[in-house]
Amino acid sequence: MVREGLRKRNRWDDAGAEGDPVVKEVGKAKAKEEQPPESLLSEQSEQTGVRPPGGGSNRSDRGSPGKKKSRWTRSEAAETGKKSEWESDEEEDATEVRVFDDGRKAASKEAAERPRANRWDETPVVGSRWDSGASAATPKQRSRWDETPQVSSGAFPAASGAETPVVYGGNGSVMETPVGGSGMETPVHVPGGQAEQARRTLDPSLMTPEHLSSLRWEKDIEARNRPWTDEELDAIIPDGYKIVPPPASYVPISTPWRKLTATPTPMSDGGGGEQMYQMPSSGEGSVGGAGTGLTLPAGMKDLPELKPEDYQFFAPLLKDVDAENLTMEEAKDRKIAKLLLKVKNGTPQQRKVSLRWLTDKARDFGAGPLFNQILPLLMSPTLEDQERHLLVKVIDRILYKLDELVRPYVHKILVVIEPLLIDEDYYARVEGREIISNLSKAAGLATMIAAMRPDIDNVDEYVRNTTARAFSVVASALGIPALVPFLKAVCQSKKSWQARHTGIKIVQQISILVGCAVLPHLKALVNIVRPGLQDENQKVRTVCALALAALAEASAPFGIESFDPVLKPLWKGVRSHRGKILAAFLKAIGYIIPLMDPMHANYYTREVMVILIREFATPDEEMKKIVLKVVKQCVSTDGVEGSYIREEILPPFFKHFWVRRMALDRRNYRQLVDTTVEVSSKVGCVDVIEKIVDDLKDESEAYRRMVTEAIGLIIEKMGISELDTSLEERLVDGMLFAFQEQLSDDTQVMLTGVGTVVTALGERAKPYLPQICGTIKWRLNNKSAKVRQQAADLISHVAPVLRICEEDKLMSHLGTVLYEYLGEEYPEVLGSILGAMKAVVNVIGMDNMTPPIKDLLPRLTPILRNRHEKVQENSIDLVGRIADRGAEYVPAREWMRICFELLEMLKATKKGIRRATVNTFGYIAKAIGPSDVLATLLNNLKVQERQNRVCTTVAIAIVAESCAPFTVIPAVMNEYKVPDMNVQNGVLKSLSFMFEYIGEMGKDYIYSVVPLLEDALMDRDLVHRQTAASAVGHLALGVPGMGCEDAFIHLLNFVWPNIFENSPHVINAMFNAIDGIRVAVGPGILLQYTLQGLFHPARKVREKYWRVYNNLYTSGQDALVAYYPRSLLQGSPGSSEKESLLSCPELNMMI
Amino acid sequence: MATTASDRLLVSSQLEHLQAKYVGTGHPDLHRYDWLSNIQRDTYASMVGHHNMMTYVSLCENESIGRTRYKLLEKMFLPCGNPPEREED
Repeated sequence: MVREGLRKRNRWDDAGAEGDPVVKEVGKAKAKEEQPPESLLSEQSEQTGVRPPGGGSNRSDRGSPGKKKSRWTRSEAAETGKKSEWESDEEEDATEVRVFDDGRKAASKEAAERPRANRWDETPVVGSRWDSGASAATPKQRSRWDETPQVSSGAFPAASGAETPVVYGGNGSVMETPVGGSGMETPVHVPGGQAEQARRTLDPSLMTPEHLSSLRWEKDIEARNRPWTDEELDAIIPDGYKIVPPPASYVPISTPWRKLTATPTPMSDGGGGEQMYQMPSSGEGSVGGAGTGLTLPAGMKDLPELKPEDYQFFAPLLKDVDAENLTMEEAKDRKIAKLLLKVKNGTPQQRKVSLRWLTDKARDFGAGPLFNQILPLLMSPTLEDQERHLLVKVIDRILYKLDELVRPYVHKILVVIEPLLIDEDYYARVEGREIISNLSKAAGLATMIAAMRPDIDNVDEYVRNTTARAFSVVASALGIPALVPFLKAVCQSKKSWQARHTGIKIVQQISILVGCAVLPHLKALVNIVRPGLQDENQKVRTVCALALAALAEASAPFGIESFDPVLKPLWKGVRSHRGKILAAFLKAIGYIIPLMDPMHANYYTREVMVILIREFATPDEEMKKIVLKVVKQCVSTDGVEGSYIREEILPPFFKHFWVRRMALDRRNYRQLVDTTVEVSSKVGCVDVIEKIVDDLKDESEAYRRMVTEAIGLIIEKMGISELDTSLEERLVDGMLFAFQEQLSDDTQVMLTGVGTVVTALGERAKPYLPQICGTIKWRLNNKSAKVRQQAADLISHVAPVLRICEEDKLMSHLGTVLYEYLGEEYPEVLGSILGAMKAVVNVIGMDNMTPPIKDLLPRLTPILRNRHEKVQENSIDLVGRIADRGAEYVPAREWMRICFELLEMLKATKKGIRRATVNTFGYIAKAIGPSDVLATLLNNLKVQERQNRVCTTVAIAIVAESCAPFTVIPAVMNEYKVPDMNVQNGVLKSLSFMFEYIGEMGKDYIYSVVPLLEDALMDRDLVHRQTAASAVGHLALGVPGMGCEDAFIHLLNFVWPNIFENSPHVINAMFNAIDGIRVAVGPGILLQYTLQGLFHPARKVREKYWRVYNNLYTSGQDALVAYYPRSLLQGSPGSSEKESLLSCPELNMMI
Repeated sequence: MATTASDRLLVSSQLEHLQAKYVGTGHPDLHRYDWLSNIQRDTYASMVGHHNMMTYVSLCENESIGRTRYKLLEKMFLPCGNPPEREED
């Protein structure tokens, strides 16, 4: 940017003197002479061994063209060359610099005439090795936009992989554009080791979506940053400039680090010339915008962008074929491919139309042709999430249509869809389930079983796993009972253990998938898997125990009676098994015990505890996790007593688990903390804390952190009342030690740990507070931002305790200290400091705050301008708090200043900030009177930004609410006279919000606003009417039964014609208004309006009127009875004789 | 305030769908006869449901309340007589 500006200025300078085209020509000729031949240059570079900065290799890794690289290095080198002149000769005056500049221009002008279009290429620069290849390679003319040079493979003998087949479109005009995918612009000049990489990137269908999109992105960036050409420069700069040759003494420098530090030229807009620079339309002939390089024949222009990776699927579409020569089948395939492409890559509109087309025509196309194209597409590894989602949608829709026609393709579809079930992406799994569920509904159970039956005893575990999952989906779609007989048969299969394994796994998956819906079938399912516990194959026994665990987990807390038959084998199993299978059995028991009644739970816990305690010592990580989990489950059961746990479980538990090693693995850590908290809630916190409190001073930080977290959670749950003084001292001492000694980045655990302990201590914390505050103060001064932030956060935690302990002096001191730190640079830290400040102000009160509010607030005003979310949130909270409680300490002028700052806050992205801001407007208005604040806000209605205006209207409404509406309504209504659409709409909107907030207070203002609403409801602008209608709705809802019916009937007459509007927002607002008025005036009057059009000859009218009627009927049916018409049947065909029957004589009865 | 505009639109479109499931609501193609039968039934149902109305009607008819209720319930069957013959469309 700077460079561009400089150059332009220079040219302006000598515009008058040197505006001679002849001189320009001369300059060019001269430049030509001075130009050393390109090849020479590059050889030179080879000899000097100058390498491009940063190493070319990583560039080529990412697949950017070596050639482009050369452009960069050259331009930067030219740039640095200029710099070097500056630096070497300080005396040199500006004119000479100008000459240099223009000299470069001259050279480049000349370059435009020569085969290569890029002017930077010709600058006399010692290029890098990369340049040599590039410059030798392109002897012929290229299009200047063409960033994907058509590489002639001969130039790069090193990389034969570059010879991607080039596909041309039907007409010759697009021959210039290289076709054939992104492989083309991969740097082909790769050092040996990367040849493979380069070859791989050539085929887009082999790349991952991430890789492809990064490639595309990179290409886009480079297109934006490409060097300027002479044509572009000529378009920007007015006539009358000449290009001056560089002086003979000019020697470009080539120090690599300079190239690194020089900024590449960004695209700057060239305003000011008489012939403005035109934005180039992207890639001639290429459909893909950012140069995807694929071309479509003329007849296919309506198709969406074709990405390189789509090529292998949609290539046939690129051929221009004569529609008449196609057979039916081919035409069909082509049609389907076109529709799929539109669904996959098209605009939302195209997508919608094509999707509907595919759905409607599904049966005509037939299942075969459709799935033959969709399924390979779905399997392609380059498919992005969004595209997969769309294709899944297609399948979903056509499945409904095809119904039984899908049967022959069930297996094919399953092969493609099943892997989705174990995808790591949650949404992929959900979509996979959805398809399989629809498929099973369309094809029926028998077909599904027939299709998946062979996979059940497949030797490949992966296939069996996905099949089991697919079966569970089928079960949830068609009902579990339908599948039970089949499962029973599978689980008793004599043929292979794999079949039994899969059968049991299906049960497990079913219970995971459907959750508590297994309960009605629990007995059947348990019986199906039961024999598996004694199976001869160990894998079957393991999966059986896991299935039982899943069943018990899904059915908790019910269904223990169904598990009766498996209890015995399970308990026998844990005695006899070892290792992995034991882990599975323990898991099952862990889930079953919580279902039992207390007595049995106690008994079975004691039974299993022996084994568990034995396994405490296991070195196996998986086993440890399961044991911990089972202990937690057993301990939390009602029947297990605290004394038993204390005596039997605790000693080995602490001995084996509370060791440093456990803190290293994340999952072990979590499980151990959870289990310990659970144990402590049974045995009381003293026993547990006593055991681990001294570990707070352990030398391993990770272990200290684990201890802190556990103690924090225990105390949060159990309180601190059981702790005696000595334990309390040890605890606080240890906590402070751990807090001070922490080094790691994870500050949250220590913070909450210490915070919880101090809060729980309450009054008992008094002796420790000076020490704690000393630590905090010390850490607030730390070099590391994290530490300062944590210290500030801790103040917010302990501030309430300071109050309880009546440490007012300490608190004031902290306030002063925090005040001094308001100059903090790191926004995260500043946010925390503001939060701490808020906590201190909250507990100490506005009156006793030090520093006094009148000093504090002016200091906050500039901070409000900070754009960081956390700072904004905390500062607005603090300011709002002060405005609410202590507004009188601050002069009105300062509050107005803050009002102006607050307007900016309305732009915040976070809703909480905007809400806090509008509330603060209310507080300020209350403090200093509404008129000034209101003037500010009304002025802000003129801004363009919608969100800002909306927030302003809310603020106006809040001001009205807090300062009584009569102070605000006149000014607001007056503002409606401003002939600005935004302002008028803003006024209506604030009225709408205001009436929503003030509720029944609104009854005093109805007659004042009716003329305004009348006017708005008759406005030509749709939004006017919409907003006015919502104002009417809110107004009406506030004042039912207060005698304002006349006004509402009047307004209803204005609202009513609008029910025929088409825009959904408008219609919604109108119906809301009508609903509001119904509440205010009663349904009878509205029924009279409605009866006029229920049987109107025009369907459009009937539709709207019936909608109103249905609303009336569902909300106030009984009230309508009194208003029903006596007869409307007259005049309808054949009605005359029925009329007597119609009359309801009871209604005529009078006493 | 918690719902966005699109949510509300969705709710209102669902509301229409929901209402259509219940007896008594109507649609643009409803015949007068069906609607009249509905409001007739509503009227009788309202009489039966409000005890004050029941006592009033039975006083007028000089009948017991139970008998009146029975009579009114009976009337709810085809309150407008047999359906008119409709032209097929």
